[in-house]
Amino acid sequence: MEKTAKKTVISLRDIFVRFDGEVILNHINLDIREKEFVTILGPSGCGKTTTLRIIGGFVSPDSGDVIFDGEKINDLPPNKRSVNTVFQKYSLFPHLNVFDNVAFGLKLKKVPKDEIKKKVTKMLATVDLKGYEKRSVQKLSGGQQQRVAIARALVCDPEVILLDEPLGALDLKLRKSMQLELKEIQRQTEKTFIYVTHDQEEALTMSDRVVVMNNGSIEQIGTPEDIYNEPVNAFVADFIGEANILNGIMIDDCRVRILGKELECVDKGFGTNTPVDVVIRPEDIQITSPEDGQLTGVVQSSIFKGVHYEMSVMCGKCEIIVQSTKSAEIGSTVGMRVIPFNIQIMNKLLPIQSNTIETTVTYADESAQYFEFELEGETITVKDKYIPKGKRVRVYLPFDALSITGAGDGDLKDVYIESVVYKGEHNEIILESDSRKWLMLSDTDEQVATYVPLYFDFSKASFEILDSAEEKEG
Amino acid sequence: MKTRKLTIPYIIWMLVFTMIPIVMIGITAFTDKSGNFSLANFQSAFHYSGVFTKSLLIALISTAICLVVAYPLAYMMTRMKKSTQNTVIMLIMIPMWMNFLLRIYAWVILLQKNGPIDSALSMLGIHGTYIGNTAAVIAGMVYEYLPFMVLPIYTVMSKIDNGLIEAAQDLGSNNAAVFGKVVFPLSIPGIISGITMVFVPSASTFLVSQYLGGTDDIMIGDVIDKIFWTDQNTGSAISLVMMVFIFIFLVIMNLFGDEEAIA
Repeated sequence: MEKTAKKTVISLRDIFVRFDGEVILNHINLDIREKEFVTILGPSGCGKTTTLRIIGGFVSPDSGDVIFDGEKINDLPPNKRSVNTVFQKYSLFPHLNVFDNVAFGLKLKKVPKDEIKKKVTKMLATVDLKGYEKRSVQKLSGGQQQRVAIARALVCDPEVILLDEPLGALDLKLRKSMQLELKEIQRQTEKTFIYVTHDQEEALTMSDRVVVMNNGSIEQIGTPEDIYNEPVNAFVADFIGEANILNGIMIDDCRVRILGKELECVDKGFGTNTPVDVVIRPEDIQITSPEDGQLTGVVQSSIFKGVHYEMSVMCGKCEIIVQSTKSAEIGSTVGMRVIPFNIQIMNKLLPIQSNTIETTVTYADESAQYFEFELEGETITVKDKYIPKGKRVRVYLPFDALSITGAGDGDLKDVYIESVVYKGEHNEIILESDSRKWLMLSDTDEQVATYVPLYFDFSKASFEILDSAEEKEG
Repeated sequence: MKTRKLTIPYIIWMLVFTMIPIVMIGITAFTDKSGNFSLANFQSAFHYSGVFTKSLLIALISTAICLVVAYPLAYMMTRMKKSTQNTVIMLIMIPMWMNFLLRIYAWVILLQKNGPIDSALSMLGIHGTYIGNTAAVIAGMVYEYLPFMVLPIYTVMSKIDNGLIEAAQDLGSNNAAVFGKVVFPLSIPGIISGITMVFVPSASTFLVSQYLGGTDDIMIGDVIDKIFWTDQNTGSAISLVMMVFIFIFLVIMNLFGDEEAIA
């Protein structure tokens, strides 16, 4: 309750950014409150660093407003903002020693010398670098450089500190201790921290609130608990922690069918017989005897992870990951139970049954049995199928008729991989071309935020001729 | 071992064409014509102290002008688009592909009586001679050595991480402060390197003053060039003094910059 009473320091209003024709931030809205630790989390290329740079003043949005303490600051240069940044590569000044690096901002503010000395010394003590004043920053370790960078930002006493993946370059152990240290510094100094990372564990550990971003949009904003327990969609569920994400059908309120079984859940309002994504966390599955289980499956592997065993259980063709303190024998059949509360139902990322293309045949050859149509400026050839020129046609491409590997440039070049979610059986991949989105299945793991060619396998497609446009084409 | 073997041709080259001549100059400088030890050569070298001082002065002025012209150019280059940067580098490099003498002749033609500059200024009613004076020599030298100032400064500046500039802005620097507190201090190695690369060759240059200068603009390089035909001993002595001066200069420069800057 106390948190909601805090005032908003920074507001991003409908921020839109485009670089070289590519949309980086797609109408983002975000409020950041006083004294909170907010983490912007997302895979690389999702726009999180750009968001931070907008707040810092290094990028100006194409449209939308940046509001700071109720004032619009779109055109205010970085040096006039009460915001300081801890950069990804630290960006310490190599020609200055530790003291002068930290004092840099204070000197510019014309703070009296003895006061600078007092403040810098105190700040260096806060970040545990007492006595390092005269050292060259180039001779410090990664963790020490990191702390100099933090001290340099903090000592200026800004209202907001921006941190751009500051722990990225550190090794795991140091990263863990720095996470706690950062959180502690934030608590002590009572500053607003906006932290950018692609590491979900880091986000959950440190944040008061997490902002999950993907592909230039905010997917979900919430406390770490909310994000973990109540992900809004398969992307968030997949990105935060481990999750079994399954295709399901919401039969009615509180009843969902997954893997051919009807289970009870607590979610409502999805309508009847709606395809949904279902998330079950591995630790929420209880292993039982086959008779007692809601689902049954065969144990494929069991790996000891210290606190628990991680088992892979095959339910038919679908793999389910289970974490349990007791191991089950490999090859044995087990039952699995989940309490209704732990079954999380989400809307599908792309609620379509198949990929449909509605188009007009631009060329057709009856003797050679093929026809062509135009799609996003490319000519697509459909072999072994004849539809006369000028006909309107609707092509249904099932998810497995799409692929992103093959010879040549593909039917569509440079299609953007928006998300990859493992659904126990296949990866479900959402692709974005110039004008639309596509859904495909793949057994290989693809890299999100990359560009790939897209191939259509029309032998798996079905066609429906719509005769309405016939006369127009004449 | 293998890599060491690869350096053998270079070592032989250095020995035969650099080390041995230097030793020979050393010996010749301290002997008279009949081969006996003598310091008389340095006494006659002393006659040229005026030329010597003037050479160093001209070199110093040329270096200073090069720096003043090159530094803003290099700074502006780093802020241009990458493709524009490459074009500008090409424009700076292209004259260097031409023969040294040709480039000096170009200046002779430019500056001579009834040459383009003279004609143009005459039309405006300004008359004067633009060749055969110290200013012409300096102009030729600046032209000659400007690329050696621009390129090292540009190289060092273009390596300055943009993150540092953003960090400076973030901490409250306006453009002037970014330049004064970050860009300039970090470009000093380039400046040192540029000064070295311009001052050293221009102090010992010859021909430029013969073509562009007046009778009293003779430089020490020209003196060495002339005197070697008649008196190798004095020539060697002057060369040796010159070498010592340049060596001292390099040592001083070394004190300012880090060692990498002086190649």
